[in-house]
Amino acid sequence: MNALLAIAALVAVASTMAVVLQRRAVHALLYLIVSFFALAVAMLSLGAAFAAALEVVVYAGAILVLFVFVVMMIGSEGPVPGPKAWIGPACLSVVLLGELAYAFFAAPGLLAPAGSPTAAVSPKEVGLALFGPYAVCVEIAAFLLLSGLVGAYHIGRRDPGSRPGGGKT
Amino acid sequence: MSAQDLEIALALAAALFVIGLAGMIARRSLVFMLLCAEIMLNAAGFAFIVAGARWGRPEGQTMFIFLLVTAAAEVAVGLALILALSGRLKDLDADEMRSGGA
Repeated sequence: MNALLAIAALVAVASTMAVVLQRRAVHALLYLIVSFFALAVAMLSLGAAFAAALEVVVYAGAILVLFVFVVMMIGSEGPVPGPKAWIGPACLSVVLLGELAYAFFAAPGLLAPAGSPTAAVSPKEVGLALFGPYAVCVEIAAFLLLSGLVGAYHIGRRDPGSRPGGGKT
Repeated sequence: MSAQDLEIALALAAALFVIGLAGMIARRSLVFMLLCAEIMLNAAGFAFIVAGARWGRPEGQTMFIFLLVTAAAEVAVGLALILALSGRLKDLDADEMRSGGA
């Protein structure tokens, strides 16, 4: 049994429960970042290193930072969270850090399960699949991102001529 | 990947999805509802990764990347909507919209 996966799963469930139970959105965002880190460790222990990196870079690094920007822009949250708000997420993160340190230094076999018939899926295989049989899907995903960009711009713009909220068609 | 690992990983994906669903139903703040949608999308993506790892195929991670793109577009539009509504709704309460607050 993979202890790395089990501990990461516990941390992920605990931090996600904390997300839903928080009263203030900033605190919930802190716990959600920890939850995504825990899921990244779980993916790493399953041999999906590329997806784990994407989880940290795109989900925790880009999408949640967008959330933080908007929560701060709305400004209904009161003052910036004090040092007490960091204790819970920091403790959970330390557990994950310990797991990673253990996996890298003490038991490197945990990250790339040798001998098992389903070894790690390398980023090269993912790239070959992405731009081989699924190239059309990549182009459709590009369309989706573009439409998201145009939609966000259209909803978010504030010019005095249009109706409030940019409800022009 | 042992059968026990598979069980743990799939149970994790299911638990995260259920937590997100419960939060989506219970919370009334629009920001929290969007956060819970993110949790559910992420849980679904993790299930794809688990399946891909089980069969040793790259398609799981490929689908995860597409889910990532979907989540990014969804968050961009959703947060723009929240920003547009933030001036008119007190506390961004979803119930307020139903009662004609917007």
